[in-house]
Amino acid sequence: MSGAQKIAVTVTEIVPLNELVTRFKFEPTDGSLLPTFSGGAHTVVEMKDGAITRLNPYSLMSDPMDQTAYTISVRRDDVGRGGSLFMHKRVKVGDQMTISYPVNLFSLDLRAKKHLFLAGGIGITPFMAQIKQLERTNGRWELHYATRSVALGSYVDELTTKHPNETHIYYDDQEQRIDLKNLLDGQPLGTHVYVCGPKGMIDWVRKTATDEGWPREAIHYEEFLAPKSGKPFEVKLAISNKVIQVGEDESLLEAMEREGVDAPYLCRGGACGQCETDVIDYSGTFIHRDHWLEDADHKSGKKIMPCVSRFEGKTLVLDR
Amino acid sequence: MTIQFNDETFRDDYSFHNSAWAIKRFPFPFHEDSYMYSVNMEQHRGGPAGSIYEKRFDVDEHYLSEMRDRAMVLADDPLRCQSLPHMTLAGWDLLELIMVSKSEDYPELFELHRDGNTWRWVNKPMGIDDTFTFLDEATLPYGPLEYITRQAQGDWCVLDQRDDNLWMDAGMVTTQADWSLDFDIGMNFFEWHAPVPLAHEKGIFVRALKFLLNIQQGSPARRLNWTMTVTPLLDTSPENYHKWGIQKTTLTPENIGQKQHLRVELQTFFRLPRSNALVFPIRAYLCSFQDLMTMPKWGRRLHRVIRDLPEELATYKGFIANRPMMLDYLSKFDDGLPTSDGIWPEFESEPPLKPSADS
Amino acid sequence: MSKFEFPPSIKSRPIYGTLEPRKGPAHLLIADAVGAEAIIEVATPEMMRTAHIIYIPKGTEFSEKLRALNPAQYYEGASYAASVSRIHKVLGDAKMGLQVYLAGTEGMMGQAQLEATNAGIPHSAIQLEHRGSVARRMQCVHCKGITEDVEVDPFVCSHCGLNLFVRDHYSRRIAAYQGVCIDAEDLGNVPPSKGIYE
Repeated sequence: MSGAQKIAVTVTEIVPLNELVTRFKFEPTDGSLLPTFSGGAHTVVEMKDGAITRLNPYSLMSDPMDQTAYTISVRRDDVGRGGSLFMHKRVKVGDQMTISYPVNLFSLDLRAKKHLFLAGGIGITPFMAQIKQLERTNGRWELHYATRSVALGSYVDELTTKHPNETHIYYDDQEQRIDLKNLLDGQPLGTHVYVCGPKGMIDWVRKTATDEGWPREAIHYEEFLAPKSGKPFEVKLAISNKVIQVGEDESLLEAMEREGVDAPYLCRGGACGQCETDVIDYSGTFIHRDHWLEDADHKSGKKIMPCVSRFEGKTLVLDR
Repeated sequence: MTIQFNDETFRDDYSFHNSAWAIKRFPFPFHEDSYMYSVNMEQHRGGPAGSIYEKRFDVDEHYLSEMRDRAMVLADDPLRCQSLPHMTLAGWDLLELIMVSKSEDYPELFELHRDGNTWRWVNKPMGIDDTFTFLDEATLPYGPLEYITRQAQGDWCVLDQRDDNLWMDAGMVTTQADWSLDFDIGMNFFEWHAPVPLAHEKGIFVRALKFLLNIQQGSPARRLNWTMTVTPLLDTSPENYHKWGIQKTTLTPENIGQKQHLRVELQTFFRLPRSNALVFPIRAYLCSFQDLMTMPKWGRRLHRVIRDLPEELATYKGFIANRPMMLDYLSKFDDGLPTSDGIWPEFESEPPLKPSADS
Repeated sequence: MSKFEFPPSIKSRPIYGTLEPRKGPAHLLIADAVGAEAIIEVATPEMMRTAHIIYIPKGTEFSEKLRALNPAQYYEGASYAASVSRIHKVLGDAKMGLQVYLAGTEGMMGQAQLEATNAGIPHSAIQLEHRGSVARRMQCVHCKGITEDVEVDPFVCSHCGLNLFVRDHYSRRIAAYQGVCIDAEDLGNVPPSKGIYE
């Protein structure tokens, strides 16, 4: 079986936070307790959207020690393939859904003498759980959170009220920017920096920290890619001996699952490496979007990550 | 069934013994007539009733005696249990995992009563009834790792996961196959396995690490590993090797059946939820050659495996000098008949040993 | 000169490279004996503006050349033990981005690396270049005592007196290789000692 163990849950609360972001609360349908988790973990939410089953990962933002409920926050993406729109428009309180056990690909380095969190927009969610974990275990942390405007600043009030000394907010529309070079300069030895936000922000933080002499092991980032729509294409699966069609609004991984081909996965966002698949033959162009494979792998034409990458061309034969 | 706990020793007079029940459920590690390293992992989700795979953490007739032996080892050398400072949360994770599993799997032996963070733990066989505050080290007589693993058979390695590697950052190690936690603590997966021959070249550790890094909450895994030991000594540590090494030279053709033991490790792997660490219990089972030979399939197979094992492995597992004597003994239990696949003894269906021509 | 080609070994043994200048707001360079040569080779005027050199001469004569590099701070220690409290203080005060360069014997580099990792620098971010003696710092696995500057295998533990053979298994946390009793299975049968790399 692919992915983590599943949990049957009921949606018990839906709270729109602002124009774009809505929070969902899940409780176990059978009344049992949920597993505890570590800050930074995500759950994969199954969405039955007609004939299509979407599996989207969302960071858990509730208290990791709270076993009665999990919460996630979903940002509406009007041009995406519909996962977030499904959550916003179709999911109602009382609905039964299936989510996965927590999986953590963005865990804290518990050796850190200090944790420096940098969040951009909806990238705040994993830090919400990590902050609760560190508060419980007396960890030292500091948050710098950039958001578009006061109106779109999810959880700003909660953070600044509970943690006024640790929280620093930057509003884009007020021309406020994180002074990153200065922020990094002077952090005590043993500080770890964590960034979650848009790709541009992640790249900026990684590059700036590296230029300032920060070791690779002290720089942590998480970026979930949502699969992008694209032109339909046909794939031959050599092991299963099937020819399948990948539709415009589904990923190659989703198309394989629809056809009953068991493909391993964890993050479904191009980061964990689980779904790495060998290419046996091809004639055409890959549209690689993951950040798991090396550039050389992308150029080699020998590997693809079916969760986020696509293909345009005549023939594609995979070792699945 | 109710477990009858043995009163036995793993040192001095070595009164350790296996009952017929324990022999029958012994995890014979060879599923075919030869052995080479492999990433022989499978899901750890129970197994045949009564087998060592059935429960998350097996409790057997040696429980009390093994815990007594562990307490003696720790009294002599407290460095056998260590936890680097960042591993305390993982220690609590492990305490919870063991307490919850044992109280659910063996309700007649263990009880866990939780009221918020106030926990009461009852270990009936060991006569323990403690109330403490979860996540408050001050309320336990030892750190959480040491407290619970003084009450759980087998060695326990707690591995931190970071930088795409696993780090041996905490453990309780008193029944080890000749490796030192005190020396290896803080090493990564490749470093603590560095002394193992052949497996690096075969890419075993690269594949094993990839598998282990992806073990998820709720999906534990397991494998078997094995070595040989003369006398049922649990504390085959490098620390005390200058004391026990000499025992290897005491084997004779007369005593080998009773003295030589196959030592099998049931290794399991659980993701720990709060810390995202991985716990790697190594549960050792000992069985004398003469007890193993009561199962015709195991007699035939053990002879063939030991005979054909590459020299590097026999050296690494520490029995190269005694191999000729072992083979003399084992060959008497190998009549050349084929064996069935898999590790179980299949006492009913496997043909009895054909008397050899010269006996 | 004085660079030794280590034979291939198991994965726990440290691998030494060649120091290279790296970007960072401050630089800590520690060397003993002929390790000074590696510092002289890696030093740049820009690095030296924010550099702290800690040097343990062990009878060598590199002081003048090192001082001539004009580092922001320069210190000479009579031994590693005499220098360690200063190393500890420097690391305790240091900020992220500090670059650490170690050059010289395995024993000194291992111990200084341990100080740096305890202070929060990942071991892989610390540069090490071996120069000079190939003697090993050995821990007796039986009595836990450390014997410094071991050149032969087997050797006698300076604490408990057991005959130990020299393993390649190395612990960064102890900053030493492991020594294990060689005659446990045949008391008194100890082969003649020879150089570790002979």
